[in-house]
Parts: sequence; C-alpha cells; structure tokens
Amino acid sequence: MAKKKYNYLIFVILILGAVIMLFPFVWMLMSSLKTTKDIYTYPPKWLPSTFNWKNYTAVFKMIPFGRYYLNSIYTSLMQTFIQIALSIFGAYAIVFLDFPGRKYLVTLIRSTMFVPMVVTLIPMYLIMNGLQDTYAGIILPQVFSAFTIFLITSFFDSIPRDLCDSAKLDGCGYFRILFNVVIPNGKSAISTAAMFAFLGHWKSYTWPLIITNKEQYRTLPIGMKYLVAESSKEYQVMMAASVMAIMPVLILFVLFEKQLVKSITLTGMKS
Amino acid sequence: MKSAAKEIRPSIHRLRIFGRVYEREQVIAAAVLMTPVLVAVFMLFILPVVQVVYYSFTNMTTSKRGTFVGIENFKYLIGDSKFFKAIGNTVLFAVMKLVFDTGLALIIALMLDSHIPLRKFLRSTYFAPVVVPVVASSLIWIWFFDPDVGPLNMILEKLGLEPLLWLNDKSTALVSILMFSVWKGIGYNVMLFLTGLQNIPDSYIEASKVDGASWWQSLIKIKLPLLRPITNFIVMIGIINTFKVFAEIDVMTPTGGPGYSTAMIVTYIYEQAFTRGKMGRACAASIILFVIIFILTQIQSRMNASKTVDYD
Repeated sequence: MAKKKYNYLIFVILILGAVIMLFPFVWMLMSSLKTTKDIYTYPPKWLPSTFNWKNYTAVFKMIPFGRYYLNSIYTSLMQTFIQIALSIFGAYAIVFLDFPGRKYLVTLIRSTMFVPMVVTLIPMYLIMNGLQDTYAGIILPQVFSAFTIFLITSFFDSIPRDLCDSAKLDGCGYFRILFNVVIPNGKSAISTAAMFAFLGHWKSYTWPLIITNKEQYRTLPIGMKYLVAESSKEYQVMMAASVMAIMPVLILFVLFEKQLVKSITLTGMKS
Repeated sequence: MKSAAKEIRPSIHRLRIFGRVYEREQVIAAAVLMTPVLVAVFMLFILPVVQVVYYSFTNMTTSKRGTFVGIENFKYLIGDSKFFKAIGNTVLFAVMKLVFDTGLALIIALMLDSHIPLRKFLRSTYFAPVVVPVVASSLIWIWFFDPDVGPLNMILEKLGLEPLLWLNDKSTALVSILMFSVWKGIGYNVMLFLTGLQNIPDSYIEASKVDGASWWQSLIKIKLPLLRPITNFIVMIGIINTFKVFAEIDVMTPTGGPGYSTAMIVTYIYEQAFTRGKMGRACAASIILFVIIFILTQIQSRMNASKTVDYD
C-alpha cells in the first residue's frame, strides 16, 4: 500500500469541483470591495480596481445592520443557552435517574421529531400573539430540540457510572452530581452540541420572519432579505453584508471543523 | 457496593409507585429537571398540533376567531390550482435534487475516498457551503443569476450561448434555485457517503482484489450494497427536507416566483396565512403537509430497519 501512487486525474477533477464550490465565496469577498462602476463594467472585473471599504459602511447606512447583528447574536445565544440547559436536564434524568414514566417520556420527546416547525407555524403564531416584536417571541418557540436532547443523552451514556456512584457515596445529592460530576465530564460534548445549536439559530429564517414586523427586532437573515429590495441591485453592498453575516460561522468552521463535521454527520446517522 | 451505600446513607427514602420501588430523591430530582422539558414539549408541540387540527376545520382569519366549517378548507384546497401547482413544484424539485443528492454526491465521495493529495483540504471545500447561512449565500446567487450583470450570463456569452433570464423566467427559475440548492447542500451528502465508504473494512476490498475483482466490480458488489442504508437515508431526508424548504425560495423569488413556478407548499401556507390572512385554510394545508412528511418519515424508518446489509 505504501508504494501506491497518487491518482492525479481524480485530483484534477476534484480541484475543478473545489473551484466551483469556492468560487461564490471568492466572488463575494472580491465584490464586497468593488465600486459600482466595477460591477457594471463589461467584461467583468475579477479584482476590484481599488479597495473600496465604503461598501461596508454603506450597509450600516442603508439598513440598521448593527441592530440586526446584535439582535441575531442575542437571540441565537439565548436560544442556544436555554436549549442546552433543557437538554442537559432532560438527558441527565433520562440517563442517570430512575423515575416512573421514564420510557414514556423518551417516546414523547422522540415523537416531537415528527412535527417539523413548518407544520405548527400558524398556531405558534397565535399562541405567541402577545409577544410579537419582542425578543421573547423570537426566542421561546425555538428553544426545544429533541435532537439535542438525544445527542447529549448519547454523550452522557458514555460517562462511567462509577463516577456518579462514588460521588453518591461521598454524600452528593443528585443535583450536585449533575453540576459537579456529569457536566464537567461532558464539557466538550456539550460545547459541540451548543455550537451546533448556535449555528442553527444563527441562520434561522421562517419563524423570525413571521414574528417580527418592526425593523428594530429583525434578525440578520430577515434584515438581509429586505436588503435585497432596499439596495436595488447595489450588489457590492449586498456582498459586504453577506461577508459580515458569514464571518462568525466561518470562524467557527475553521476553529472547530472536526467536531462540526462529526456532529453534522452524526445527525445523519442517528435519525 | 450496594449494601455499603446503604450503611453510609441510612436515610434513603423509598417510594412505591405503580408497584415498583423508586428512591424518593431520584424521583424528586427527575421531576424538577423534567418539568421545564415537559412544559416546552406541551407548549411547542402538543398544544400547537391540537390547535392546527382544530383550526383547519374553522374559517379563522387574522382578525376573527372563526367558526366551525367542517371540511370546507380541504375542499377549497382540492379545488385550488395554486395548491396543486405548489405540490407539483415541490415534488419536481425533490426529484431533480435527488439525482444530484445521490448520484453526484456518491461520485464525489468515491473520488475523495481514493488516494489523492490534499484530501483533507478538498473535503473541507465541498463541505464549506453547508455551514454557511442560507440567506447570506442566497444573496451571492441572486447576483449570479442577474440577467444583466450576473457572472453566469457573462460566462454563457463568452461561450457564445444565449443569455438566460434565470430567476425571472418561469421555465428556468426552479432550475436556478436547484443549482443553488445543489451547491449549498451536496457537501452534506458527500460527507455521509464518505463516512460510509471509510467504514467499509479494507479487508473486504482486499479480499475481492485477491479474488480478481476489478474496481468496478468491487463498487457494484461490495461498496454499493454496504452503502445502502446511507443511500436510503439521503434519499428520504432529501425528500423530507424539500417538503420543508422555504428560506432560499422566499429570498430568491419572493411571492412564488414568475408564474408561481418556484412556489413550494410552505410558500403556499405562508401566503394563505400571512399575506391573505386565511388562517384556517393555511392550517388545512399544514395538515396535508404534515401527513405527507409523516408518511415519508415512516417509509424512511421502515427502510432503515429492513434493508441493512451485514457482511460479518
């Protein structure tokens, strides 16, 4: 096996494919620095003639982009926090505690996976009627995910029982075991789940679109939808906005690629 | 160990519930921890599901609570050509996407599984679009598709071909979104196939080589059958996700696109509920969507249960 030569034909084909995959990102980055003139010249320019950073400030002038950005950060963080807390509580009870009705609870939680949010949009909108244009209205309907519970359950399953048993012998109550033994031992797994949840909330579109009317409560994806109409083909500005929206995700991707790919493929294998 | 625990903590309280003995502290802890989960399940799933069923039999609108109208909403949907157009579009989109989700993704995965330089880097590039937020990447593609200044038409002109209207023409709009969608999502399926390929023990492939099997034969006879569960999963999840698709459609072609050619079922529901205010009718459409997704999910879990190939 060691003597095996690289297969260069396949390599070249894959490189061509990779160029296609990356081209939109490169185009976006280049274009976010172009002037209006660069955009409308023919033949098209690949590189901007000057580095026109004004597009980035133009985004903030055209729409309250900073506000959208903060809204997205705040709501995504809150959703992630509540979702992870709920999931840790649920997973801990499922894995480590013996209580009546445990099996039925697991079935109940699993059955929520059959109900995608698109189906319950309208009753949810009516339930949340009083919370329109509030952060709570954006956050609350998106704090529960059976998938996250089962993801954390499978992590908790791999924590040795002996650890908990010896804590019990030392006189720890069940809450102290959770906070002092289980959570510290599951830290890396929990942070993977949290990152995964955050990315999901960061791109969330349909629900925030429905529950927000006022500009000041729009999240980033919603604001960007309106930017398309607002900027009327000033693509360089749209691209600057996209670059800024993608940035946090890209940073997470580069830093945690391994865990991300693993947890995303896990989503596939588990269900 | 157990008896030792009892000696140290003699204060253990036992509870008898439905003929089984539980430890009181554990039951209390579970109750405290499970309450928020149960509240969430009730408020976010049980209650809305009950309501969506109930509302689907009423003529509720945004402004009035509505009265019971029987199956009137469902009758309306069956008679509405727009609803069937939306379902047709969704099915068409799902089928077209499937070809790439399975075929192209498998080919790329097989190539990535071979002996090549920069493998890790290449793998990441195919996966990158998957993690990028859908609205931000839609914005890039809106520009790609611009008939006047978009790069796609410029490439077509370079090749001496007729420029297209892309998202603005009812014959190309759905295909345009398909192009975006394949670019955006293929990395996910590539990754699943690749994981599957790498889980196949080398010994199987080695053994087939010893028996004189060609690369092609080992693909057809060994790899593909072993990838069967993953393929089933990709096919079914692909279809189910297409039935839920909304964000990219709404951003790239608001209000259903030219001639309603890109409207999906969710687009239709959204339009009925939030543009026209027909809540009852939108709930009826939601029920139909739910039934479709439910059936698809059932098929998927059946397939996974029965069609697993085991070579051990």
